Amino acid sequence: MPTLASLHFKNRLYWVLLSAGMLVALAGLYAVHLMEHHGHIITGMNNQIVWGLPHVFAIFLIVAASGVLNVASIGSVFGKAIYKARAPLASLLSIAMLAGGLTVLMLDLGRPDRIMVAATNYNLTSVFAWNVVLYSGMFALVIVYLWTMMERRMNPWNKPAGLAVFVWRFVLTTGTGLIFAFLTARQAYGSALLPPMFIVLSFAWGLAVFHLVQTSIYMWNEKTIDSAILQRKKHLLGIFVIGSLYMVATYHLTNLYFAHQTGFEHFILFDGGIYPALFWWGYVVLGNLLPLLLLYLPGIQRDRWAALASLLIIIGGFALLYVFIIGGQAYPLNIFPGYEVSSSFADGQIAAYRPSLYEFLLGFGGLAIAFIITTVSVRVLNFMPQDKPYIAD
Amino acid sequence: MKLLASLLLCLCIPAVWAAGADMPKIDIGKGGQCVKDPQWMRKNHMRLLKHQRDETVRNGVRDEKSSLKNCIECHASIKDDSVIARDDSFCVACHRYEAVKVDCFECHSGERKSAWLQRNAK
Amino acid sequence: MSDCKINPTEINMVDLKRRSFLKTSLGVVAVAIAPGMLLFDVAHGKSEPASGKVRWGMLIDTNQCKDGCNDCVGACNKENGLSDKTGATDPQWIRKIELKDSSSGRALSLPMMCQHCEHPPCVDVCPTTASFKRADGIVLVDKHRCIGCRYCMMACPYKARSFVHEPLHDQNPDVPRGKGTVESCTLCVHRVDQGQRPACAEACPNKAILFGDLNDANSEIAMKIRSVASAQVRADLQLNPGIRYQGL
Repeated sequence: MPTLASLHFKNRLYWVLLSAGMLVALAGLYAVHLMEHHGHIITGMNNQIVWGLPHVFAIFLIVAASGVLNVASIGSVFGKAIYKARAPLASLLSIAMLAGGLTVLMLDLGRPDRIMVAATNYNLTSVFAWNVVLYSGMFALVIVYLWTMMERRMNPWNKPAGLAVFVWRFVLTTGTGLIFAFLTARQAYGSALLPPMFIVLSFAWGLAVFHLVQTSIYMWNEKTIDSAILQRKKHLLGIFVIGSLYMVATYHLTNLYFAHQTGFEHFILFDGGIYPALFWWGYVVLGNLLPLLLLYLPGIQRDRWAALASLLIIIGGFALLYVFIIGGQAYPLNIFPGYEVSSSFADGQIAAYRPSLYEFLLGFGGLAIAFIITTVSVRVLNFMPQDKPYIAD
Repeated sequence: MKLLASLLLCLCIPAVWAAGADMPKIDIGKGGQCVKDPQWMRKNHMRLLKHQRDETVRNGVRDEKSSLKNCIECHASIKDDSVIARDDSFCVACHRYEAVKVDCFECHSGERKSAWLQRNAK
Repeated sequence: MSDCKINPTEINMVDLKRRSFLKTSLGVVAVAIAPGMLLFDVAHGKSEPASGKVRWGMLIDTNQCKDGCNDCVGACNKENGLSDKTGATDPQWIRKIELKDSSSGRALSLPMMCQHCEHPPCVDVCPTTASFKRADGIVLVDKHRCIGCRYCMMACPYKARSFVHEPLHDQNPDVPRGKGTVESCTLCVHRVDQGQRPACAEACPNKAILFGDLNDANSEIAMKIRSVASAQVRADLQLNPGIRYQGL
């Protein structure tokens, strides 16, 4: 039973956390204001690295927002009880991360004040334009889905809504992968492997985020998760991590197979400075091998280790996206195959990029928005997973 | 009801009073009428400009009658060749009075083209 | 919104007589200018849209393009109001590329700019239709619609586009440009519409840049393309660029 003093402490902690989140979000908005005023010159982005750190944050949040719904889908579509109990929390996280990611993406535009133009002039051939529909549709669908779960009279619609969300999220992550897959001229992108790779990555990142938040909520409410449930979640997370590692490995191996891509792969995997370091240490070791050890080593069964593994998976995700998005642009575009080139516009040179403070502020501002939405919602509504005594399905 | 009426009346008096008082002083440059009468232009110039901009940029119709450049040619101040340089410049004075942001001159030059050419001729 | 629509004929019909009078009288005035006097320019109107029968293009003779010569770049910068700076955030519409064949060692040099593709990837990917191809084949950015997402810069195989990273002032009245939008070579569309050649073509001391209508069988450029070997850059992508290179 919680004491009065501990309740007081928690109440205060809640407001401190919320204020901290608000502060970070405000700092992000301030960075946007400065970017609006001075232009993108104050960021590290330039005419060679046109998408930078904000896009790493935005794409992580959007991909994870889709992946976290996996928890809900296993419950609603495949009817597993322990997942069904977690579907509301998963949906909430999805909405929160989608909101954070889209905010970052939108505020990084050169002319965010003109965002309405994206609705009034719609280009049917543009993957970006498709994504505008996919993202807003996802938002609406997940809200309806939440409604069918939280309002008793809407419960009969839960299954169709869950199915719709299930389908939509696959299409959405495919769309996110296609943004890069359609860039046929760039060595790093233009691969049909990218949409499925993003889908599998979304499973791992989404579940990692879910697990981290769930652990925090259980800790906050001084409850412990049923060890059988934890065990199953850990196995699933492990499988997703192995799956995503497999997809990333396949992507790089196919690139290595194409003769004209080997230069790029050498750059990303071996001699590209920060990019191979981030890839091997950040993504492979921190984001995959260490979490797998934490998940599967027989000696450690505590839920905190699983939470740590989740955190590492998230950090690894950021590292991978940094290598993928920024490293992919840093390697020179091959305009004249068979020639050595040089020019005033960095042709034939590795492009330099140093993210500025403002980009970090904007990125963390997006995380803060997701954090605020989650914290407030969890406090005012009941998102705590309600487990029945565990019976194997 | 009476109270409401008197309240409304009270509110109206300063409004009427203010209406005539602070009309903007506008430097109309060389001025003159070439498209429509001033009253019509005050109300509709943005539609003409918007229509013309799409025609010009996207279709290459360079009908100078309602092109922004041509407007500026006559309405730029005789003193500084600009429609935006001062508080009483042609575009600024009115737009500030109406509190409507002009989005044109972040990209477009507000200077008379002939003056710009003369200044930039090397 | 429908009441905002204006019938184009209604606008074009407005006072046609006065317009022609103004044109001639202003024209007379404008010719006689003393230095220092106010100059009211003659407005050259062109009320026909760009024609779909025309396809503007260039043939660039790399044999005539001199290593180290930067005249086309300078002319472009001056014409379009770009600074001559070449920092990572400075826009460059045209740039000189020095090439060396990796196997034979043959060196050559050429100007690179927007290739004005028939199937431009930038137009495909633009979410707001700000990137578009005019009827006469010129690929442009409609800066009224550009939201600055930079997807076109990612999609362009030629790195032809630049993003405006800073607020700009004192633009050329003929070439509006502004912060937060993407831009690239316009083939000097404002000059082409008045019957002139692009600035780079005019500035080249060796006449290495030949500009003209690729669709007109009797034009100089079409005849030359028929008689000499020329190539498109990254022809494997099948974008059919309007800029061709000779001696590549």
